[in-house]
Parts: sequence; structure tokens; C-alpha cells
Amino acid sequence: MAKVKINGSEIEVSDGMTILQACEEAGIEIPRFCYHDRLSIAGNCRMCLVDVEGSPKPVASCAMPINEGMSIHTNTQSVKKAREGVMEFLLINHPLDCPVCDQGGECDLQDQTIAFGPENSRFEENKRAVEEKHMGPLIKTYMTRCIHCTRCIRFADEVAGVNQLGAVNRGENMEITTYLEKTLDSELSANIVDLCPVGALTSKPYQFEARPWELKKTETIDVMDAIGSNIRVDTYGWKVKRVLPVLNEDINEEWISDKTRYACDGLLNQRLDTPYIKKNNKLEQVSWVETFSQLKKLVLDSDPDEIAFLVGDFIDLETSYLIKKLSEDLNLKAVDGRQEGCKVPFNHRSQFLFNSKIKGIDETDCILMIGTNTREEAAIINSRIRKRVISSNIPVALIGKNVDLTYKYNHLGDDINILIDLLNEKNSFYKKLTNASKPMIIIGQSVLNRNDSLQIYSLLETFTDKFNLIQEDWNGFNVLQLAAARAGILEMGLIQKNKSIDDLVADAEKGKFKLVFSFGADEISYEKFSNCKIVYMGTHGDRGANAADFILPAAAYTEKDAIFINTEGRVQYANKASFPPGEAREDWKIINQLSKNLELKWSFLELNDVRDEMFVKFPHLKEDFNDHNNGFIKIIDNKANEEIEIINKDTRSSQEKKNDTINGNIKSFEENSAKKIFNTAWTDLNDRQREYLRKYNYPETWSEFTEHYGFKVVNDIKKKNNIVLPYEDQYANSIGKAWNDLTYNQKKWAYTKRNKNNLIGLADDANFSPDGIVVLNDNQEAYYAEPKEIYFKNKNLSFSIEDFYINDSITRHSSTMAECSRARSEVRSSVTEKVS
Amino acid sequence: MSNQKNTFVFNEENAIKAKEILLKYPTERKQSAIMPLLDLAQRQNENWLSRDIVEYVADYLEMPFIKAWEVVTFYSMYYTKYNGKYLVQVCGTTPCWLKGSDQVIKACKEVISPEPNTVSSDGLFSWMQVECLGACVNAPLVQINDDYYEDLTYDTTKNVLQSLIDGSPLSIGSQSGRKSSKAVS
Amino acid sequence: MLKEKDKIFTNLFGDEPFHLRNAQARGDWDNTNELIKKGREWIIDEMKKSELRGRGGAGFPTGLKWSFMPKDSKLTNYLVVNADESEPGTCKDRDMIRNEPHKLIEGCLLASFAMNAHTCYIYIRGEYFNEAVVLQKAIDEAYDAGLIGKNAAKSGWDFDIFLHRGAGAYICGEETALLESLEGKKGQPRLKPPFPANKGLYGSPTTVNNVETIAVVPTILRRGGEWFSSFGRPKNTGTKVFCISGHVNNPCNIEEEMSIPLRELIEKHAGGVTGGWDNLKAVIPGGSSVPLIPKSTCDTVMMDFDSLSAVKSGLGTAAVIVMDKSTDLVKAISKLSRFYKHESCGQCTPCREGTGWMWRMMEKIGNGHASSNDIDKLLDVTKQIEGHTICALGDAAAWPIQGLFRHFRDEIEDQLKKTQAA
Ligand SMILES: Cc1cc2nc3c(=O)[nH]c(=O)nc-3n(C[C@H](O)[C@H](O)[C@H](O)COP(=O)(O)O)c2cc1C
Ligand code: SF4
Ligand code: FES
Repeated sequence: MAKVKINGSEIEVSDGMTILQACEEAGIEIPRFCYHDRLSIAGNCRMCLVDVEGSPKPVASCAMPINEGMSIHTNTQSVKKAREGVMEFLLINHPLDCPVCDQGGECDLQDQTIAFGPENSRFEENKRAVEEKHMGPLIKTYMTRCIHCTRCIRFADEVAGVNQLGAVNRGENMEITTYLEKTLDSELSANIVDLCPVGALTSKPYQFEARPWELKKTETIDVMDAIGSNIRVDTYGWKVKRVLPVLNEDINEEWISDKTRYACDGLLNQRLDTPYIKKNNKLEQVSWVETFSQLKKLVLDSDPDEIAFLVGDFIDLETSYLIKKLSEDLNLKAVDGRQEGCKVPFNHRSQFLFNSKIKGIDETDCILMIGTNTREEAAIINSRIRKRVISSNIPVALIGKNVDLTYKYNHLGDDINILIDLLNEKNSFYKKLTNASKPMIIIGQSVLNRNDSLQIYSLLETFTDKFNLIQEDWNGFNVLQLAAARAGILEMGLIQKNKSIDDLVADAEKGKFKLVFSFGADEISYEKFSNCKIVYMGTHGDRGANAADFILPAAAYTEKDAIFINTEGRVQYANKASFPPGEAREDWKIINQLSKNLELKWSFLELNDVRDEMFVKFPHLKEDFNDHNNGFIKIIDNKANEEIEIINKDTRSSQEKKNDTINGNIKSFEENSAKKIFNTAWTDLNDRQREYLRKYNYPETWSEFTEHYGFKVVNDIKKKNNIVLPYEDQYANSIGKAWNDLTYNQKKWAYTKRNKNNLIGLADDANFSPDGIVVLNDNQEAYYAEPKEIYFKNKNLSFSIEDFYINDSITRHSSTMAECSRARSEVRSSVTEKVS
Repeated sequence: MSNQKNTFVFNEENAIKAKEILLKYPTERKQSAIMPLLDLAQRQNENWLSRDIVEYVADYLEMPFIKAWEVVTFYSMYYTKYNGKYLVQVCGTTPCWLKGSDQVIKACKEVISPEPNTVSSDGLFSWMQVECLGACVNAPLVQINDDYYEDLTYDTTKNVLQSLIDGSPLSIGSQSGRKSSKAVS
Repeated sequence: MLKEKDKIFTNLFGDEPFHLRNAQARGDWDNTNELIKKGREWIIDEMKKSELRGRGGAGFPTGLKWSFMPKDSKLTNYLVVNADESEPGTCKDRDMIRNEPHKLIEGCLLASFAMNAHTCYIYIRGEYFNEAVVLQKAIDEAYDAGLIGKNAAKSGWDFDIFLHRGAGAYICGEETALLESLEGKKGQPRLKPPFPANKGLYGSPTTVNNVETIAVVPTILRRGGEWFSSFGRPKNTGTKVFCISGHVNNPCNIEEEMSIPLRELIEKHAGGVTGGWDNLKAVIPGGSSVPLIPKSTCDTVMMDFDSLSAVKSGLGTAAVIVMDKSTDLVKAISKLSRFYKHESCGQCTPCREGTGWMWRMMEKIGNGHASSNDIDKLLDVTKQIEGHTICALGDAAAWPIQGLFRHFRDEIEDQLKKTQAA
């Protein structure tokens, strides 16, 4: 530990920290562009300069290690000057296109210009224009906007492991590019879009799709592989506009694979939005009622041995649980979710999980991979291994296809006999495994699908003893699952004992089955089932739907609250970001309804009841689930802090604020920011550029700008119901007027405020209480909002919406008021807890 | 990262030189040799580098193409297009300018081409203005390929250029008759 | 005036051949192993006594710098000689390399031995092709004669020298950019710390020294540190090769005593200012990176580190650029601004964006399309660059402009008014 002084107050920080990290620890924000805590330090933007006593020049805090007794100043005149200077330099060649830039509203440059930038531009020269670069189908470039922080280059070199980005030329002609403008050949490539602090690298599919402040943001879980990356789904209306990573140190850190990011494109296409039944060889739209009554007949007409259940790769845990329940009640045997034909009858969860956890990769000192291409199958795990290899040079070996994993490994061959050689100490890599203190093996799916997979799997189990894979606090026996649903399916026991799916298919070919339920099983070839009626529950017009006689439209992963278990066995909670289209329903509800129709004596009122029952049967899952929920509570706290930060960033002096309020001239932080950029940017143009923009009706003045690109007008509901938000009232009062007397601009200001929280108006039955309020957003979804502070019940207080915190991540985006009031009771209990 | 289309290879003599160059640097630090190898390749190819050549050198040193390309574009002595048999580089930085580098440029414009970076009509020359060549005491001067011609005037510049056209280059160094950087007294 | 017998570089102008035979006749390589036998401590001690300050521009005491090298690190130590000489006005190293290469090579051996380095790289600017050829020949001669290589000069010390040619980038003179370049990358300066003495070439402890710094080492060790420090003034000792260019009658390189008055230097060795001393307008006394000084200062200033920094300039590389009254000073400095814009590596924001902006503003002022406000703005921009960059190139780009307006602002403003009136 070292003692340092920051702005006069002493603080103790651990050795080896940089000044910037120490300041963060002390709660002092240092502006930065090039620094990123997961990349090497470049120190090139010079935004983070601070004063250190005894140093004649300001120092770059991101790169300077702390020294015992150092005295640091972050708020001196010289630091302020330095920041202003750097900002000015960054802006002189930066274009003015904030109004049309996808980064607008979430741009580091924009934000920091407000907080630290100069008032006006003094640059009278022509701005530099840089040609666009091609980096493939996912990344759109506007290189004129680039501020040369080199984050993207460092990401490609260090994290993605593809040395394909560079900065060519020198001085003011420096440009970031790929070699010969080739596509960036990485499964993690689009993370550079998030890393780019400005709008130089943006997402091609998301281009011009939405403005960040219009989007509803929901934190949830990805299902494109079995990693369970934490993601944020941004929606506009019911459409998913983009998917972004959410920090989770244990899983995906702050990266996601390109697949995870762009799978959302498919959510709009070929969706099943109504039930169908095949009549006269043609699928016809029908009602749910008809569907269920016909299904009932079919099921009752069939012998239990004549029915099979196939479970797909995206099925959530609750649905798995209900499928299991249904199969048991119907007394079915032919139930399987191991679509690609795995034959191992796992008895215990440690047999199919990634036991060391993903985080374990950071500790292991030797890895043996068998039959897996982690780069394709689990990009996040692969980059984690790469990080470990680069930082500690641990030995890694692979048995299987020789592929480019972006790091050096020992390719032992593509022959399963090598396993025996290792056991018999005939292959020299056995020494590495023996010498390791925390060795790890990773077993890929391709191993489990072989015809001899049972023998091989038990061979691998002998590795455990031979190489000491399992120790008191270490379990290096890892199976890498590929499907998001798989761990949950296995956990629920949706497999046949002593039989694989191949046997089931063979039985079908022999005509054993009359009726097959496919719960989103799209990897199976349905030709062999031509003798059966096929009932397909799913989201897309995929393989299963094409073969189906019945189609039950369900909800995609962004459209439901659900639980998923990832390959590590971690129980994670996915949040509903949007709605299933048309008639489609959440999966659990479909099965629930089926049970009801079959009069199976169980039907649940709501998802929580399913969970409750499931958790009673699988208590270990409940523990995990609670752990995870605690995480959400943390997120709430963080979000509240963020708000406070934003308020702190308001650069006006308190006198200015007061005057602004009195004159009805309040400017929000965002407004301030956009305006500043706007003003400097317009003056920075040359005449030809101005002329061009005028031709295309670009707004020239601030008020024109807000007219065009500003905030949307009041929603219809609000007008219809003649609702005036208490906040609006309060605002009007504060300037001594009634709401209806306000000028257009003043009202707009109030809406600006509204827009931030996506509020439209109060729901009919909403009333203020210290516990929370119910509000509606643009989609008429009801939200439950919590108070920002805890109030005692009996205190007679008045509130405005501002006092409430609308939390996107915990609030159920409930479709009914009933659900909302339940949410309320839930939150209430936690609030009361806090108070006591 | 091999590239089938590559037509460039080091000729026999340069292949040996390249191996010798590699010996200068620690074996696991091959990349250090990129500058001398690019120079070698450039000399073999009429003093300019095509993409093919850069890729060849990058492969030779097992480094990513983009990192090699960064080097090529960063340093001013790698040329990515043909500059004629003689590349005349006129120093225009302050010490040379004080002593009349404008006159030298004028001579180049007249003899070679009115525009810099343009190969003369006979294919023999091109000229460009460069920054300080590090011989300021002998200003103004030009570098023609590897050689410096110093203490120039408008007339002596023309003489030097003419001697190249005539195929009997004047001897390099000071054109005013003095010895290296010694004062004439 | 420095006596002929006290000159270190007796063959600076190549009156005799550079070859080993001739060099040995001039006293180089004379019992080098005796010097080595006296041991590391002794060498570093003599260097400290000589008070030699680095000749590459920054003027850091050489003995002290050498003493920073770890004595018993497990990594290989390196000596890297900076022969990138690209600072406008400077051309002294060139003469040493082509005419006295053996002084440099012998100096490399002694310095490397003192710093526990078995390997030395000499990084020479790419344009010095013929000089590199000569130096390589001299290195080969030294190898053939057993003066370097295994058991160099029979001292028991194994020692290799490798020559590495640059390819046209001034920034590679900055020591960490030089190391990057030597590692086969773009020449972009590194962040400090870590300093090269801890983590330099290939991550090993490294010292970078200028050619002149190293080339004077053998003589200092032979004649003694005290002999060297007897020239000049305390802390500004020794002899020094000056480069006198620009508006003088006989531009030249010349070895002189440190602290010689500027006027004496110009008049004795360079045949005086063109048109006489009174025709002098200003002098850049230490290469393009230092602010110019007006004639009034030139009358009395002495050529050493401390006197020049007292007049807000610097000795730099001791490259004296003389400008007489015919000079358009704005244009002269603007050309330097263009130089820095051209040579900025592009890595850090203030220098990448600022150097171009400054040059464009200088051009405007030079063309008369500017006002007093523009000068204020320009000076403010120089302040925004100064001290905010990774390496000293940013400062070097800012200082000449600041110097210009410090001394000639009134005159320039008058001129602007006149052009605008016309
Ligand atoms: C932009 C820049 C260019 C430089 N160019 C040179 C150069 O060409 N030659 C040189 O010896 N030192 C140059 N230096 C100084 C070196 O960084 C370093 O201080 C010097 O080589 C140390 O040697 P010395 O201690 O012998 O002076 C330059 C510094 C900067 C910031
Ligand atoms: S100051 Fe200039 S040359 Fe030095 S690191 Fe920064 S950009 Fe490069
Ligand atoms: S964040 Fe420190 S220099 Fe960029």
C-alpha cells in the first residue's frame, strides 16, 4: 500500500496503481479517451493530464505509476488549461456531424466537450477529411471522426488476437485502417464499435436506426451459445435495435461475440406470429382455442409410447421444467434434448458442466482441449484463454482439428488414441499436465457425439485421477456445452436413459410414434418422422416449422422473462425487452395451457409460481438464482450513482442555474452538451461545407436543431387523457405559471426531462405513495418506479416523478396492470427491509 | 499469411545479404530487420516498393502485413511508386532556405519537371522537396539517390543535373570546391 | 581559441583517410585494453570528473547517466549510439562518422564495457548512406584487427557493434522512438517511465548516447577527466563541435572550447556575418528546437548550456543558424514549423493536431493575412502543446515560435499593418 495525496486529502492505495486508478479510487473522475482498463496503456490522447508536485510538466495519469508520498492535483488551473487544450485539438479536425452521427448522445467526445472543453472554436483552417475504410459487413467507418486513440488497434492485437489493424502514415496524416481494407477477421470484431469513443467506428446494421435516448434498455442474457454473455437489449417500440455487452467479470468481461451482437437482426424476419394447423396439406392460420382443442384430441388418442418430445437449443429453464412435468404426467419415455446425438447419460451436473468456471481460466496453469474449436464454439472462452496464454505463457494443447485459435498451442494430433498415450505417459504433454498445479481439460461436443462417446467419456474421467484435475478448491474437468438451453435441459433430466436421440429417430423410422412434439428442435432431420403428426413450438419458420402439422408460435429470448443456465452451471435471469409478435406467446404459457386443456391438474397463474415450484425441487438452483438477483440490486445502486454523476456534470454555476430557473431558461445536461458541440461544429465548417449542408436542410441554429432532431412531441395517450405530469406542474409552478400558459420551448424542456425516463403519463390507477408509482412508457407498457430515497410511511410528503427511479433492469415490463401491482408489492417489501 | 500471387523474391546476392542482416539482431527479434530488408528490396526494385514486396518482406520476417505497412508508410525513405532513375531531393528547411534553396528548386523545375513527384519526360528524374538532410553547413544541397551534392547555386544545380543527363556524373560533395565542412579561408 | 593540440577531432574534415592505420597514427586505439583494465568504476569516475554533458541536445551529464545502468542485471545491457542527426542546422556527427569513425568505435567499446554491455547498435539516419558505408568499413577494420569482437582489443571483453540505418524520420532521434524503430516498428516515442536504463531495447537496460558524446570518450579517458573539464566553465566543460550555417561568409563545422562567446565563434571561424556584425538580425544558437536570440543578445552571450538558457534559449546541438537583416524571420520560423509538422509521429494529440495548425497560422502571418489577435491565438496554441506531449518534439515545435514573437512581435505587427494597409 502507498499513501498519496489527491487534491490535498490523503488516501491509501495499493502499490503499482496508476495515478488515474488512484484518483478513481478516491472518487475523482479523470477524463480520458485512449485509456481503457482492459487494454494496454497508450497514453496518447493526453486528456488525462494532472499536476504532480515536483514535476515541472503535467503528467499523463493513465500511464504514471503511483509513488509513496506523491501529491496529485486534478483541479488546478493548469490542469484545466491542459484539458481544454487537448479538447480543442481533438475538435479542430472533428466534423460537425453530431446530428447525423450514430454515436450522438453516447459519445465520449460530446460529453467531455461539455465538461472540459473550450467555449468556442478558434480554428479557421479547413478541416481534415479522411476516406472511409472498409472493415467488413459489421463495422461502418467514418474515419474523419477518428481521434486516433488506437483503442481499436490495441483491441485487435491484444484481445482479439488478430494483428490486422494499424495506423499508417505519420503526423496529421495518420489513419487507422486494416491492411488493404480487408474485413477484420475476428469473431469479436464488433467490440471495437463499443470501444471507439467517438463515431468513427459504428455498427453497420444499426446505422441510422435510432438515437440512443429514444431506446429502452433492458439488461438480459444472450442465448447464441452456452456462455450466457450478459447483454443489454435496446428496443424501439417492440423492435430490437441492437445488442450491447454488459460487464460481467465472471463471464464475458465487457465483450460479446459478433454472433451475439447481430443475432437480433433475425428477430424481425420469418417470425411465427399465429398458430397454424395443416389442413389438406396446407398450413392454415387458426386460433389458439382451436389449436389446443385439436391437440388435446391428438394426445388423448395416442398411447404414451406413441408420443415423443424433442427439446431444442433455446428453451428456457422454466419451460424445460414444465416439459418435464408434462412428460411425467403423460408417462412418456421418449423425451430428449441432446439433438446432435450425445450418448452420455449424465448422472450428476458436474459431468456436463464447465466446472472450473470461466473465471478458472485465469488461474489454470495448463489446458488440454479435446475435440473443440473454442474460437468458433465459445469465442468468449477462447479470448479468455488467449489472455491467459499471453499474460502467463501457460501450456495449451489441442487434440482435434488443427485450427487458428489466435494463440500458440501444441497440436497433439487429430486422433483419439492420443488420450491413451497421455494416460500411458507416451505423449510428452503428459508432463505438462502432471506438473501443473491447476490443470484443466476442456471436452468439446464433438467428442460426446461420437459412436464410442461412452468409452471415451469414461476414459476422460480417468484423467481426473491421473492428472489431479479435481482438488479441494479446484475442478478442472470441463465440458463445453454449445447450446444455451442444454445445461438446463440436462439439469431437468430431459434425456432418455440408455438411449440417444439416434435411437429415437430409428424408432420413428420404424413407425413407433404417432405424435411428436418439437419444442424448438431445429437441428433434427424430420424426414424420419414422416409417419407422425408433428407439433412444433417455436419462433421462426425454421426446419421444425417446415415439417410441422401444428405450429405454436412462441417468444424469442428477448421477448420473455426467463432463466437460463450457462455452460458453467450458472443460473441467470433474462429480462423481457420486447413482446412476442402477434399471437405468439411466452413458451411456458403455451405448455401451461396445454396442461390445462389436458386437465392434468396443474396450471400456473404466473411465472413466479412455476419458479417457486421448480426451486422446491431443485434447491441448488435457487441459491444460484438469488446470488444473481443480488447482482441486480447492485446495478440499481450503480444506476442511481450515474444519475447523480450526470447532475454533477452540469457545468453551470449555481447562480446560473438559479437564473436559468427564474427565466424559464433551464437547459438540461444533454441539451447543453449537444448545443455546445453544435455551435463549435457549425463555425468550424468552411463555406462549401456549409452550403452543402444548407442544401440538405441541415439546421443551422440551435432552435432549428431541436425542432428537427430534438425530442418527440407528447404522446397521444397523454393528450387524450389530458394528463399533466406532476413534474410538469411542479416545473410550471417553479416559474410562476400554470402548465397551459407555458411557451412551446418551456414545455419542450419539460418533455426533455420526461424523455429521459421514457415516461408518458401516470397510469389510471396510479397514485403517489412512498413505495413507488406506476407509469406508462411510449409502448403503453406499465413500469413500476421506485423512489430514489427511502421515505417513512407515515411521513406526509409530496413527490414528483423526478424523485422516482425508473429502473429498466428490475422492473418487469409487465403487460398488465395486475402484474404491475404484484411488482409493486415485491418492491415494497424490499423497501421496507431497507428502512428497517 | 503467404500470398500466392507474390512475384518478388530476393535475388541471389540479396538473399545472402538478407541472411546476414538477420544475424545482427537476436533470433527471436526478427522484426528488427524490417528496415534494412525493405531497403534491400527497394534497391532491387528500381528504388520503390510494391505491396507484393512489402508482403514478401513481412512474410520473410513472420510479421503481420499491416505492421509492415505501418513501417513503410511511416518512414519517408520508402517509396510506393517509381520515381525515375534519379530521385532528386532538395532540402528546403531553414538553413538551406537561408542560403538559397529556392534557386535550387527553380533549377529542378526547369530541368526536371514543373511539378514535384513527377517523373521527367525522359524518365530519368523526378524531384521533391524534403526536410533537413543534415548537412546544413554545406547548404543548399540536394540528395540524388544515395549521394549529396552540396554548396549549390542555381547554376551548379543545373550542372549537376546536366552531368547526370550526359551520363558522366560530377563528383559528389561540395560543388563550390571546398573540402567537406571546412571553412574556406 | 582552442589550440590545435587540444582538439579531439584532429581529422574532422577528412584531411587524412579514415582508415584504421591512419586513425592509429593519430592516436586512436592506443592501448585501449589498458583503459579497460582500470575497470568500470574508474571509467565512470573519469567521465563524471570530465563533467561531460550529452551532446545530443538535452545536455544530461554522461557519467551520471551511465551510472544508472544496472550493474548485475540478468538481462543483456545495450549501448545504442544515436547517429540520427536530423535536427535542422546540425551536421557535426556526420563529419565524425565519415572522417573519425574509429574514435566512435573505440568510444563504443569503452562505454559498453563501463555499462556492462556486450552489444552496441549504432542507429544512423538513412540519408547518410555514404557515411554508413564508411562507418561499416571502419567497423570491419576494427573486427579484422581484433579491436572489437571476441576478446575485444585483448581486454577479455566480448563486444559487437551493429550498424542500423534509419529511413527518414527525425523523430527517431528521440531515444525511445529510436528504440522502437530499432525493434522494427514505427518510430513512436514510448511513455516514460519506464526509462531506457531500466527497460530499453528489447526490454533490456539500455543507454542511448549521441555520436559526439561517445566519440570523445577515448580522449577523455586517455588525457583524464580533469583535462577535459579544464575547458569552458564549470558544468559547461570541454570542447565542442559547433556547426555554423546560414548567413555567414564561411559556413563550417569547428571544434572549439565550450563557453566561447558567440560573436567570437562566428567571426573567428565562419568569416563573420554577411555584411558585417551589424547586419546581424538573429541567431538560432542550438539547432531548430531552441528559440532564436536577437542581435543584442548575440553581442555578449557565451556558447554553453547555462548562459544560453539564461537568455531563454539553449545550447541544444550547438548548431548556430545565423540570420542577417535580409531575412524574413516569420518565413524562416514558418519553415521550421513545417518541418515539425512533417516530422510529428502522430501519436499524441497536441503534437499531431497542433503542429499543423501552428504551421498554417505561421503561413498566414507570413502572407500578411493576420492580425494581432491571430498572434495571440498562435501563442496560446504553442502553450497548449508545450509540456503536454509524450516526447519533446512538441516543445521543440512550440519554442521557436515563442522565441520569434518574444523578440520580434512589434516588428511583425507593424509589418502586418503595412501589408493590410497596402
Ligand atoms: C524530437 C527529438 C529529436 C532528437 N534527435 C536527436 C538526434 O538526432 N541525435 C541525438 O543524438 N539526439 C537526439 N535527441 C536527443 C535524444 O533523445 C537523447 O537525449 C540523446 O540521444 C541522448 O544522448 P546524449 O546523452 O549523449 O546527449 C532528440 C530528442 C528529441 C526529443
Ligand atoms: S510529441 Fe509529437 S513526435 Fe512526440 S510522441 Fe507526441 S506526436 Fe509523437
Ligand atoms: S488517457 Fe492518458 S493519455 Fe490518453
